[in-house]
Amino acid sequence: MVTLEAVTMQFIPNSPLKKTMLSELKMHDIDDLFSDIPGEIKVKNLQLPEARSQQEVEDHMRRLSSQNKSFCEMPSFIGGGFKPHYIPAAVKSIVSRSEFYTAYTPYQPETSQGFLQAIFEYQSMIAELTGMEISNASLYDGATALGEAALMCSRISKKKTFVIPENISWEKKSILRNYTKGAGIQVKEVAYDPKTGRVGLGELKKTINADTAGFYLENPNFFGVFEDAVEEIHSILQKNEVLFVVGVDPISLGICKSPGQYGADIVIGEGKCLGNPLDFGGSSLGFFACKNEFSRQIPGRIIGLTKDQQGKRAFCMTMQTREQHIRREKATSNICTNEGLCMLAAVTYLSWLGGKGLHELGALNFEKAQKLAKKISSIPGFSLMFSGVHFNEFVIRCPDAVKVHNHLLQNDIQGGLLLQQWYPKLADCMLFGITELHSDESIDRLVSLLREVH
Amino acid sequence: MYHSVVWDEPLLKELEEIKKEKYILMSVLPESLQRKTIIDIPDLDETQVMRHFFHLSQMNYGIESGFYPLGSCTMKYNPKICEEISRWEQFALLNPYQDESTTQGTLRMMYELEQMLCEITGMDHFTLQPAAGAQGEFTGLLIARAYHESNKDAARDEVILPDTSHGTNPASAAMAGYKVIEIPSTKEGTVDLEMLKKALSDKTACFMLTNPNTLGIFESEIIEVARLVHEAGALLYYDGANMNAIMGKARPGDMGFDIVHLNLHKTFSTPHGGGGPGSGPVGVKQKLERFLPVPWIVKKQDTYCFDYAHPDSIGKIKSTYGNVSVALKAYIYILLMGGNGLKEASEIAVLNANYMKKKLVDSKLYQLPYRELRKHEFVLSCEHLLSTKGIRALDVGKRLLDYGLHPPTVYFPHIVKEAMMIEPTESESKKTLDIYIDTLLKIAQEDPSLVKSAPQNTVVQRIDEIGAVKNPILTWKNLDKTKE
Repeated sequence: MVTLEAVTMQFIPNSPLKKTMLSELKMHDIDDLFSDIPGEIKVKNLQLPEARSQQEVEDHMRRLSSQNKSFCEMPSFIGGGFKPHYIPAAVKSIVSRSEFYTAYTPYQPETSQGFLQAIFEYQSMIAELTGMEISNASLYDGATALGEAALMCSRISKKKTFVIPENISWEKKSILRNYTKGAGIQVKEVAYDPKTGRVGLGELKKTINADTAGFYLENPNFFGVFEDAVEEIHSILQKNEVLFVVGVDPISLGICKSPGQYGADIVIGEGKCLGNPLDFGGSSLGFFACKNEFSRQIPGRIIGLTKDQQGKRAFCMTMQTREQHIRREKATSNICTNEGLCMLAAVTYLSWLGGKGLHELGALNFEKAQKLAKKISSIPGFSLMFSGVHFNEFVIRCPDAVKVHNHLLQNDIQGGLLLQQWYPKLADCMLFGITELHSDESIDRLVSLLREVH
Repeated sequence: MYHSVVWDEPLLKELEEIKKEKYILMSVLPESLQRKTIIDIPDLDETQVMRHFFHLSQMNYGIESGFYPLGSCTMKYNPKICEEISRWEQFALLNPYQDESTTQGTLRMMYELEQMLCEITGMDHFTLQPAAGAQGEFTGLLIARAYHESNKDAARDEVILPDTSHGTNPASAAMAGYKVIEIPSTKEGTVDLEMLKKALSDKTACFMLTNPNTLGIFESEIIEVARLVHEAGALLYYDGANMNAIMGKARPGDMGFDIVHLNLHKTFSTPHGGGGPGSGPVGVKQKLERFLPVPWIVKKQDTYCFDYAHPDSIGKIKSTYGNVSVALKAYIYILLMGGNGLKEASEIAVLNANYMKKKLVDSKLYQLPYRELRKHEFVLSCEHLLSTKGIRALDVGKRLLDYGLHPPTVYFPHIVKEAMMIEPTESESKKTLDIYIDTLLKIAQEDPSLVKSAPQNTVVQRIDEIGAVKNPILTWKNLDKTKE
């Protein structure tokens, strides 16, 4: 506990000048400034702990942190879209610059050129990665990007049905339902092929019709499996004039075609893996790119390159008539800004990696996952659930998933995601994930621990 | 005089690249998905990358660059300790799906933060899931919708809001499927009770209000507002963007609000990050609790865990549990300040705003429409400057940049002509406030041609924004095309 004075010295410099400043206002008491609050709703004090010194708070946080086990103490092989990737010190250094992280959204372009240029470069890279013509400055996360994409499909097509595959995460489905409810959009699901883990094409043909606004395909999908029938899917959609939304893991694009090359109209995804920490699922960003013809319908902030009055290159927010601060209830979305700092990490990360680095990273993730899947599925009782080629996640059917989970946990390893809760059909299935960050030693430990479970 | 660091920083694409290597095909991939060429992102060395982004950082203004009194945005100082702790591996390297027994520290932090936010606002239950204030609004409105539906009262399809509301309010209402009804404010700058009565009906789902409102005026008739809204069977929504004005002085829960969102990146001092990540927790009264997003964080004896067993819940609004590092920074901030520290923060934020307001209004160079007593922010009008010298609020703002000061929010709220919305916050010294006041007074007396041609000392001068719309260049590729 410290005195209030100690706190106010640190963070509230005018506290000792209260009397002087009040007298300039011809007031005597600080409560005179709050005379417009009716007496019956005034509170005296908040029932919160008293102020603490920075050192005390740090000690407290140290104790709290000791009740967490990070990836360093407990290697985790959990899939489901959130896996750790190596974050170069260069990226951490740039996002720690307070000129960036303590700034507001760039409303005053003359004094925000740094951030604005960084967003422009981010948009350029996302367009390049996805094979789209334009990208916005980012949304909250990959899941809300799906919600926004469905709304955008409906605005463009004036149709009220959106189709998704069964093999995407339950969280995305729930978020999508919340985002589309207000617009009266009906969400339909297409079952996956239980053998391959891919979208069932027959089912898709039955579900898609001329009233469908858009279809979402995730590639690789929630089970880690690549959806390879992209050309067939594209042609089914084209026949019905259905917009093609594709969700991707950007790391996979180092080795896979950009969705633009197989006919996507809108490409979205979770960008956290590009230089952002796991943060218990936070610090996310949703990238959102599309064809140029839909530029007036895209949600979120967009930065353009232009000139200042001297003819010098300059950057500014553009196409703002889509945004809430101008259009209010007629805006394309209620989103106010973008995920600025997460986006900055992404653009710095991609610059550090380069096209060649991204290719190598994609290949490394792919190869490590193939090796691990092979090792695990060769253990008696463990098998790969789906035959489709997978990227860096895969589903394993185990003898007893809960038992496996507990055995690993007791030995300080986090195993795959238990799928039964969200996919009752997948009892005793675990979704494993692996990246460049997993050491050979931790992989060997995982495999030998799995051998011990019967 | 201030001068910004100016670099003629090329685009990454224009830097000299390391020689590209040939692409190696991944033959095990399905043929239909095989990439054939390397992605066209430049291959650079680390020195190049660091210099590039370092130069960009030097051409960006943040809280540590100087005073940033952007109204409605609460640009207060962000304590370094919060930033540092949030980067510890035990917090930053946690997987959202790992076993709950291995994340007890973070779960406890989230649980306690929810409790503290309940105490600060007078609400019964909070969720930390929404990623930002606007998403908090959207969440709150989905909760309102679920509530009316559960009461077999789904015909309520209107949201009422005053003409001073933030742009996100009507946008969020529209996204949640509501018709938006905007009511004009009184001459005092507050909610017009007669207008509200006329607008309220059995079609009203919700009335959204910011208190103090965006003029910085406390809605003194709030109890009557709440009575009218509830009498009509509607819910009262609190936009918490201005919570920094009233911590420890009054609580939205006691005023009669049913749903509250807070902006942790405003009131609770977490950095804005140039636009995110933010955090917009939503708090509700008991009767709305069962509609909150899942999972809840609950405490069973001494263990914290996620609880998904809430069938009436609206489900999820963002993947996992929100921007947890932002919540962590807010938690640390509240621990540092304590209850009395938060109250002191609001008191001095209000004192600073009224001090600046008085000095500026006394000069007669700027005008203050509406009631005099303000809370943490105030809105001046530059109408007099415009009519006498042709200087607009925008020009004053741009000229401030030449002095190394960040402009206020301009042209908001819309009901004030030539509006300048100033919010100093509690973390600035009197000396800083005086410099800003003196600079504003000086600008009002400067040669109009100088003011109208500002800024001169920044990285770039006034920008051709119309050109940017007419001829959109949004990527490197667009730029290459215009060069051809």
